[in-house]
Amino acid sequence: MIAIDAEVTGLEKTDYWYEVYRRYGASRTRQRLFLVAEAEGTVQGFVVGEVRDWEFGSPPCGWVFGLSVRPGARQAGIGTRLLQAVCDRLRHAGVNQVRTLVARDNTLVLSFFRSQGMTAAPAIILEKVLEKALD
Amino acid sequence: MRLQKSTLLALYSVLEFAADPGRQITSAEIAGKYGVSTHHLSKVLRDLGRAGLLESVRGVGGGYRFSGNTKRITLMDVIELFEDISGRTAKGGTGHNGIKGALASVLAEIDETAKATFRSITLDTMLMLAQRAAAERGTAHDELRSAPSS
Repeated sequence: MIAIDAEVTGLEKTDYWYEVYRRYGASRTRQRLFLVAEAEGTVQGFVVGEVRDWEFGSPPCGWVFGLSVRPGARQAGIGTRLLQAVCDRLRHAGVNQVRTLVARDNTLVLSFFRSQGMTAAPAIILEKVLEKALD
Repeated sequence: MRLQKSTLLALYSVLEFAADPGRQITSAEIAGKYGVSTHHLSKVLRDLGRAGLLESVRGVGGGYRFSGNTKRITLMDVIELFEDISGRTAKGGTGHNGIKGALASVLAEIDETAKATFRSITLDTMLMLAQRAAAERGTAHDELRSAPSS
């Protein structure tokens, strides 16, 4: 997982992924999901999913994040199957809506999710830089 | 979000062609389907042909055929041929009391969202959305037809 993410993002986030695995993969709960796609004994892709209740004024909703497929294994439908698998389990966990968050300039990932039938949610992320306090 | 008439025609045309990639379609056929003048549409198709999205078919009947990969070509690829959208950036200085610059930033936010949206929708995805819309319309008609009369 760490290797695939490093190949895709250029950053090795070892601690982050161990924490994600601990929270989403190690415990057996319907609300947190960590799925991998395997071919010939190696991991080719993975996806993390979660049910979040009543965030941002929304009823319980499934969230998908971290969907990633090894660059060399793409265009083979793995991403589609990963998303389908996590959505099946999210439905099983009781939600009927799935959302994901993507950087605006990440055209590739945006195109993928749109090709899976996702459209813009009625929500906007706002941000600001926190200036250092003068003390 | 409003697009120019030519841009909309270009999008309708490209999608009509992309829906049936091997098929040869004439300007008159599409003009008739969308209720527009053949003259205006011909110009649009010529521009699309010059950009490599359509290839003109020689011989009797003429017309065009789709040329490209529906999984790679995006709405932006078509729109930027007819609108000055891709290169649009906030212009001018901050102006009086920073008003010009601050308002330009607000408009830039909207522009960036629009660009990201157009760049992330391929012809393939757009055709899938069109199919869904057509199916939903069909379902709505069925529901109207089967509704009990009062």
